[in-house]
This record gives sequence, structure tokens and C-alpha cells, in this order.
Amino acid sequence: MSIDPNRRRVSLCPPDGPNQQPPELSHINAFLRGALRVSAAHGLNSRPIEATEHPLVAGSQPQTEIAPAFRVRGLTKTYQTDGIAVHALRGVDLDIATGELLVLVGPSGSGKSTLLNILGGLDKPTEGDVFFHDAALTRMTTSDLTTYRRHHVGFVFQFYNLIPSLTAVENVRLVTEIATDPMSPEDALAMVDLTDRIDHFPSQLSGGEQQRVAIARAIAKRPEVLLCDEPTGALDSHTGIVVLEAIERVNRELGTTTALITHNAAIGMMAHATVRFHDGKIAGIERNPNRQPANSISW
Amino acid sequence: MTVTISPLDRKLLRDLWHLRGQAIAIALVLAAGVALFVTLLGTMRSLGDTRDAYYERYRFADIFAPVKRAPNQLRVELARIHGVAAVQTRIFSGVTLDVPGLAEPATGQLVSQVDPTTGSLNNIVLRSGRLLAPGADDEVIISNAFADKNDLGPGDSIKAVLNGRRQQLRIVGTALSPEFVYALSPGTIVPDDRRFGILWMNRDALAAAFDLEGAFNAVALKLQRGASEPAVIAAVDRILAPFGGTGAFARQDQTSHFFLTGELDQLAGFSRLIPPIFLAVAAFLLNIVVTRLIATEREQIGLLKAFGYSDIAVATHYAKLVLAITAAGIIVGLAAGTWLGLSMTSYYTRFFQFPFVYFRPQPDLFAFATAIAVAAALLATATTLRRIMRLTPAVAMSPPAPPSYRHSWLDHRSLIAWLGQPSRMILRHITRWPLRAALTTIGLSMPVAVLITSFFFFGAIEAFIDFHFDQTARQDVTMTFFEPSQADVRRTLAHLPGVLAVEGYRAVPAKLTSGTRQKRVAITGYPQGADLSRLLDGALQPITLPAEGLLLTTRLADFLAARPGDTVTVSVMEGRRPTREMPVVGLIESYLGIGAYMDLAALNRLMLEGPVLSGAYLMTDAAEEERLYRALKDSPAVAGVALRRTALESLRDTLAENLLISVTFTTAFATIIAFGVVYNSARIALSEQGRELASLRVLGFTRGEVTYILLGELAILILVALPIGSLIGYGLAAAILHGLNNDLYRIPLVVTPATYGYAWTVVVVASLLSSLIVARRIGQLDLIAVLKTRE
Ligand SMILES: Nc1ncnc2c1ncn2[C@@H]1O[C@H](COP(=O)(O)OP(=O)(O)OP(=O)(O)O)[C@@H](O)[C@H]1O
Ligand SMILES: [Mg+2]
Repeated sequence: MSIDPNRRRVSLCPPDGPNQQPPELSHINAFLRGALRVSAAHGLNSRPIEATEHPLVAGSQPQTEIAPAFRVRGLTKTYQTDGIAVHALRGVDLDIATGELLVLVGPSGSGKSTLLNILGGLDKPTEGDVFFHDAALTRMTTSDLTTYRRHHVGFVFQFYNLIPSLTAVENVRLVTEIATDPMSPEDALAMVDLTDRIDHFPSQLSGGEQQRVAIARAIAKRPEVLLCDEPTGALDSHTGIVVLEAIERVNRELGTTTALITHNAAIGMMAHATVRFHDGKIAGIERNPNRQPANSISW
Repeated sequence: MTVTISPLDRKLLRDLWHLRGQAIAIALVLAAGVALFVTLLGTMRSLGDTRDAYYERYRFADIFAPVKRAPNQLRVELARIHGVAAVQTRIFSGVTLDVPGLAEPATGQLVSQVDPTTGSLNNIVLRSGRLLAPGADDEVIISNAFADKNDLGPGDSIKAVLNGRRQQLRIVGTALSPEFVYALSPGTIVPDDRRFGILWMNRDALAAAFDLEGAFNAVALKLQRGASEPAVIAAVDRILAPFGGTGAFARQDQTSHFFLTGELDQLAGFSRLIPPIFLAVAAFLLNIVVTRLIATEREQIGLLKAFGYSDIAVATHYAKLVLAITAAGIIVGLAAGTWLGLSMTSYYTRFFQFPFVYFRPQPDLFAFATAIAVAAALLATATTLRRIMRLTPAVAMSPPAPPSYRHSWLDHRSLIAWLGQPSRMILRHITRWPLRAALTTIGLSMPVAVLITSFFFFGAIEAFIDFHFDQTARQDVTMTFFEPSQADVRRTLAHLPGVLAVEGYRAVPAKLTSGTRQKRVAITGYPQGADLSRLLDGALQPITLPAEGLLLTTRLADFLAARPGDTVTVSVMEGRRPTREMPVVGLIESYLGIGAYMDLAALNRLMLEGPVLSGAYLMTDAAEEERLYRALKDSPAVAGVALRRTALESLRDTLAENLLISVTFTTAFATIIAFGVVYNSARIALSEQGRELASLRVLGFTRGEVTYILLGELAILILVALPIGSLIGYGLAAAILHGLNNDLYRIPLVVTPATYGYAWTVVVVASLLSSLIVARRIGQLDLIAVLKTRE
């Protein structure tokens, strides 16, 4: 298998299937306002996005040449532990199109989480650049990254990370309170089918239910990006599918660009593409022309 | 030789290093407790030992009795009283002094001195110069402090008016005496060594000056071991009565001894009150830190046990950690306590006049302090250690149940509805662990209370001064005459330069008896309409002096259990010594001294005498001060002059020095408590909620918002602790005053807003600083690690 390590591009797939809708214009506009806020407010972007530069905003709707949500260039991450260098990422290039659902797979230690954390503004690379639209995440200060996470990113983790002292709805409200254009916490919980458990504390919910609260919390602010690190890792397959359905629905209905790490290759069936990691590099990208709904996957 | 450290001990060292911030904070609180304990008790013992040795070596008398004029032969009769070991008859007198360099007149206490080598009583300790030459009638030895303050010494001389004759006295030496460890002029509560001194003179010279040839006017007795004090006092009174005895009294009523002992009692009181507060707080902190530690090391405990370490071995490991912190606190505390004890003792030796000081190392005190500190530490962690023993490997290695929250009363009220989620987290956290929140609050209220107990004195003393000097004894000058003088002396006094008003008074010593209770006090007669020195009732309003009957100060009334309408027996011990039943017609408030008051004319009638006065109160013109002072220095009839201005000055100076020291130390110690409690609570909150806080940071919460959640709980607890601490402080202040107040003076229980303000400010600032140190760590939270691991 020959792979061009220098440039990989995942183009935006037109929505397939009758249920898939194009990303909503209003939503993208909202996102651009956010991006402008991130870049302009902090004066970090040398070339702030002009509204007129963007074809979508200008009114035309070319579905294929839309700018990617993320552009990753030459990304390396090296950890120095007791003088021994661990190369978590060794030169990763990747474009992620807006609205896409991407699955990242690869052996343990291959760098998946490292990439996801950098995309989410939790970590900084040793070298290379990451652009979120035209904003260079790699050049942001810690507090800029906080703002970026606050307004644009939704996270879902293997261990849910809910606040034990807040009920389901309060966990969601935690995020909507500080977001600019959130949906109502109840609507967010409805999207993950949890309407009847909203006043329960995390300790009163099953793992799958907790994970769905975490998804509701992640998407309630209508983020542009949803990053999921092994969201089904701690769940049985049945519960895992319920969670995947929720993610799928969010991606579809809100047009949220989604990256999902999993050790379960079968999950790639629901994605637009699967990115394979090996030893800190991308070993291959497989497009998926025949996406399957999450509930048809089994493992 | 190689030293091998067992793996467990290595873990112990690593744990200690990891917990160093908290360990230091706890050790410091503990050290403060130990140090205070050693300081207070050590100083108390040193002073007590010094006092006892001093009294013993210089033969301080047990019983004292003033008399008007008793023939020398009476000495034999006094010596024959059962239980009396030695008798010293003396001549005592007050005198007005003209000290070089001092504008105002000073007051001297003349004491007849015999050769100290003759096995007499109340022997002086010569500090410089020589003893009096036999037969010399112009030589004096003066008290050391008086000499120091006025820069006088052997070779200098001072002028005095001895019974109407102005005389130059040559100073030949300076001395100390067990009788005047705390030298107070009559009617004052702090020493003014510049304006009051003791003057020892040859007895013959004094006898000649005061018409006491072949007689004495004071006697001191030493008792045999096991003698009955009251019996001897009664016998002395009986013997001296015909000669104008005004009542014998025991050592505990002797002014110097009274104050010295009061100070020791106060130290004892503080040593029972303050160190336990620190030990309790340190114990609480140890408890929460160790409890948290084993919660985080649960799995390690399980592993150790699975590897075959015994329950005891594992528990011992954690006990060692507790003991290591405790030991550090004890060592620092003992060292600091010894140093503080030394400085405090040497401070006291400047305050009290001792010829030497005993400060010996006190191994038993050290052992005791160590024992209670270790006991407090182990007691505080006992349940936690027992829990470690009980933990089975299987249970330990399964993750602990997540903290489960339930809906509580908070949710059913509209109370929480308007709160944002971060504030809800804070409230839920408090209600989830109510006991810990309560103990933390109490821990935080302690420094507030401790600060109030020391700082409130400033306001209370001001209230005392306002009441006594501004409302009651408003006269600028108080004069005491040698002998009761005819009332027309008022006219003479009115003509002195700068005198604006004169009010005479009559004071007689008397015994007041009510049922089985008896008290020796002065009955003072005031003229009707007295306005310089006023009598105030409980509401601090001037009282109209009734024409008949007695007014008692509240404390005296309490002691006698006499209320207005009751009758008391008055036995006057001057002049014709009348005894009468008299009605109590009212109560008055007094912060300085206890006593009884009545109409001047009625008192003169009671005494079967004409209109005579014992002294006078003057209101003077400050501009004429110098001239008035010169006149007073020459006035033959005056035994003592007390000035309002200088009394106030010396009171303020003494208190300022004392209070400044005590406030500085309490502030330092209270800061340690506040710092220790806040720092540990915040560190534990960070350890418990670190995962939540990191998750919030991942969700895009700013450092400020996350800091609010971390410290909000503490902020609430501090806000609650401030009023609670204020209440406790008020209670402690009341308890301290209850122990402190006595027949000579009473400090009113006044805690000013400034006191609360100061205590609150210190605690809030200390809390802010320590919490900011912890808050810095929020920036260091590892956002990624928290995502990788299960709680
Ligand atoms: N804080 C760190 N210090 C040192 N090395 C680290 C650190 N974090 C990650 N690594 C190393 O970087 C490499 C990539 O880690 P990463 O977490 O990205 O792997 P992963 O693909 O997510 O693996 P898994 O599927 O097990 O989660 C690993 O070799 C890991 O040991
Ligand atoms: Mg990973």
C-alpha cells in the first residue's frame, strides 16, 4: 500500500441518503461569527476571516469546494520523559471537511488521542500547524484556547467526566449557561433520548445514560466540532450503539464536524471516512461510500 | 555499613514530600499550640519560682497591719500571738517629692529601714551604693526603678516635705524589695516609676519627722508553718485597735503580691484556654488530610495487603506519617516555646522588679506538651487508621463508589433556582459533607476568636478610661492630706495658682459586715452636688447623693450580698471607731476599686467629728500647671498628689506596650491557624475535585470560573465563620475579664467594631493569601490526564 505522507485530504461528501441534510446556512453563519470572534478578539490571526471571502456567506453554495474545518500540517508531538523522547505524532497532515463524521482507528499508543486533544485545544504540538478555518490553534495562548473550547468544541470521553454534584440537566446547563447560542438543555437531552432522567444525578444513571448526558452536554452549545475519544469504550455493545446513534444524529441534524476515536473498526461503517493511525502517523484513509446507520452495526 | 530503607518507609518519605505544603501548615499550627503551651506554662512557672525564691530569701512577711500610733512595747505582745514567727514594727508614710527634672510633684512611700542583716522581714536587695549609715537622718535608699526612670543614683539628692519640714534627702543607694515587686502608688493600677518611688530611711529619722518616737505605725508579721491566718489577723486587730489599727490583712491583699499573683493566674488561664484551640485545629487538619490521603491511596493499601503486609504494618505506616508531621510540629513548638518563654520571662522581669530570675529548662513540661500533642494527633486519626486496618484487599482495590449526591432540601426551595450551576456545585458540596463543613467553619472561626481576645483590650481599656477618667473621677488633681483637716482648707486650696474648683472628701477605713460576709473598704464622703468626682449608677447617670445611708459599688454589693433596702454593719477603724447599722440606699458603678459612699456631713456625724476632710479634688487651669506644681511640692500638709494626666499617660503607656506585644503574637498565631485551615481545605478540595475542575477546564471554563468553584465553598465557610468566631471571641473575652477583674479594678466587657474589623481583616487576608497559593495550581491541572483515567 502506498501512501503519500505529505498531503491527505478528506473532501466533504455530499450527504448521502434521504435523511441527510446539508449543513444549515444559519448554523454556519453562527459558526463564522464564532471563528471571527476567536481570531479577531485575540488578534492572533494574521488574516481574519472576512465574511465576504466565504462563498457560503456570499450566497453561493458550492458543496465541494468548501474550506475544511481543520487543516493539519506537519504535526509532530514529542514527549520528553526522563531524557527519553516519545514520539506521539510524527508529521501528520490532514484536512477535515466541515460537517464530516470521521472515525480514527489504530493500535494503542499510535497517537489518536494526541491528535484529538490538539484539535480540541487541550494540548499543543511540538511542531506543525493546526488551522481551525483560518485560526491557527497552534499560535493561540492558553486563554484563547479556553475560549475556543468554550464556544466551538464539544468533547465526549470514555469516562464521561460528568460533574457528580449536578443532575443530568444541570450538567448540560453548565455548558449552555456560558454558550452564546445554545439549544435548551431539555432539547439537548431529548436528542439523546434522555427526557425522563433529566433530574437524576450521575450516580443514579447507568454508564450508557451517563455517556448520553455527556453527549447532550457536548452538543447543547451547538458546537462546530464534536470530538469523541472512545465514547463506547466503557460500554457494552447494545448501549454503545445507542450512544453512537446519538452522535450520528447530532452530526446529521446539526452538521457538526465530528471526529471519533474507537478501537472498534466496525464503527467505521457509519462514518464518512476512517483514518488509520500507526506509530504516530496516518497509515491510510478509507472513504466510505456506503454509510450504514449506527443501529445496523454490531460487534 | 549500608542503611536500607524499607520500601514502605521510602513511600512514607515520598508521601511526606508530596504533602509537604499541607504537612508544614499542620505542623505550624501544632507548633503554635505547643509553643504557646510551653511559653505560658514555662513563664508562669519561672515567675512563680522566682517569686517564691525571692520571698523566701528576703523574708517577705505574711501579715501586714497599719496602725495610727502604737508604742514599741506592743511588739512583744504581737510576737506572743499564737503562730507568729517574727514581728517587724515600722514607720510608713506617704510623702510629696520634688524630683530634679520633674515638673510635677512625685509621690514617695517612706519605709523605715533597719539593718537587713539582723534577720528582719521584708529585707531590701541593695543594687547600688551602700546601706544607710546608723544615725544618719538625711540618707535614703530609693527603689531601683524610680532611680532608673529619674536618672538618680547614689550621690544625688531629692527634696521632700517631711511632716511640714522641707528637707534635702541624700541618696546613698538603690534597692529592690519583695514588698514592692509591683510598685503602685495608691489608687493606680499600673506602675509609674517616674512619679512614684519607695524611700527607705532610718527609723529614728522618720520617727522624729512624724512624731512617732518610741512608736510605730505599721507592722509586718511572719507566720509559723501551719499557723492560722484569720486567727492571727483577728488577734493583731484586737491588739492594735486601741492604737488606731485600721485592719490587718494577709499577703493576698498586699498590693504588689496581689498584682503579681493576678498576672500568674492570668497566664495559667491563658495556658488552659489558648493552646487547646491550636491543638484541636491541628488535630482536625490532620484528620482531614489523612482521611483524604487514604482515600487516594485506597488501591495501594489493597495492594500492600494483597502482597502480605499485615493490617498493623499498613496502619503503622500511616501512623508514622501522622507522627512525622506531629514530631516536626512538636520540635518547632518546643524550640519556639523555649525562646518565647525566655523573652516573655525577661519582659516580665522588667515589668516586675526582681533581683534575679529563675528560668530553668523544664523537661517535664516538654514531656507533657509532647504527650498531649501526640495524643491529640493519634486521637484525631484513630478512626481513619482503624478504617485502614479494616479495609480488605478486595474491597480496597475495587474503585470506591462515586460520591453520590441526592436531592436535598436545597432543591425543594426556590433558594437554588436562581443560582448558576457552579454555585449549585458549591452548595451541594457543602451539604454533601456537612460535618466537615461545620468543623472547617469552627476551625476558621478560632483565629477570629483568638484575635478578638487580645485586640478587644484596646477598646475595653478606652471604655474603662472614658468611664473612670472622663465620667467619674474628672478632677485634675487628687490630694491626700497627712491628717484630716478642717473643711476651711478648701479656701486655702482655692487660692493656689490655677485652681478653678475644689471639692473636699472624707475617707475612712471601715469593715462592712453583712451576715457572714465581711469586707475591709474605705467609706468616702462626698459633698452634696459633687461634680468633679461623680458617682454614677448602672446606666452611667449621675446619682443624687442621699442625705443618709450608704451607696455601695456593685461589686461590693455582690460580695456582701446586700441590696438597696438591706442593712449592713459598719465598723469604722479610725478616730473613735464607731460601729453602726446602716441602710444600703443605692448602688453605683465603679471600675476602679470597690467601696462605700455617703454624704460628707453624714460621715462627719458618724465619725463624731466636726467638718473635716481627708483630701480634696481640684480642677485646674492647664496654663498655670507649673506654678501649681511648685506650690504643691512645698505644701506641708500633703501626703500624696495624684494627677489625672500622668495617671492616664502611664496607664496608656503600660497598656500600649503590653497589648502591642500580645496583639503581635496573637496576630501571628491566628494567621497560622487561618492559613493552615484554608490551605489544607483548599488542597483537599483540589485533590477531591481536581477531576471535576479539569473537566470544566476542558469544557471551556476559564481559570477564574474554575477558581470560583474551588474556593467558593471556602469563601462561604469563611463568611459564616466570621460572625461565629466573633461570638466565640466575645464569650472568651467575657471569660478572660471574669478571671481578670478584681476588687482593685474592673475592665468593662466592651468589644468595639474596630476589634471585629481587625480580626475579620486578618483572617480574610490570611485566607486570601493561602487560597491564592492553592488557586495557582488550577493552571497546572493536567487536562489530558483526567480524560485518560477513570476516577
Ligand atoms: N503525557 C505523556 N508523557 C509521555 N508520553 C505520552 C504522554 N501522553 C501520551 N504519551 C505517549 O504518546 C503516545 C501516543 O499516545 P496516545 O494517547 O495519543 O495514544 P492512543 O493512540 O490514543 O492510544 P490508545 O488507543 O491506547 O488510547 C504513546 O506512546 C504514549 O505513551
Ligand atoms: Mg487514546
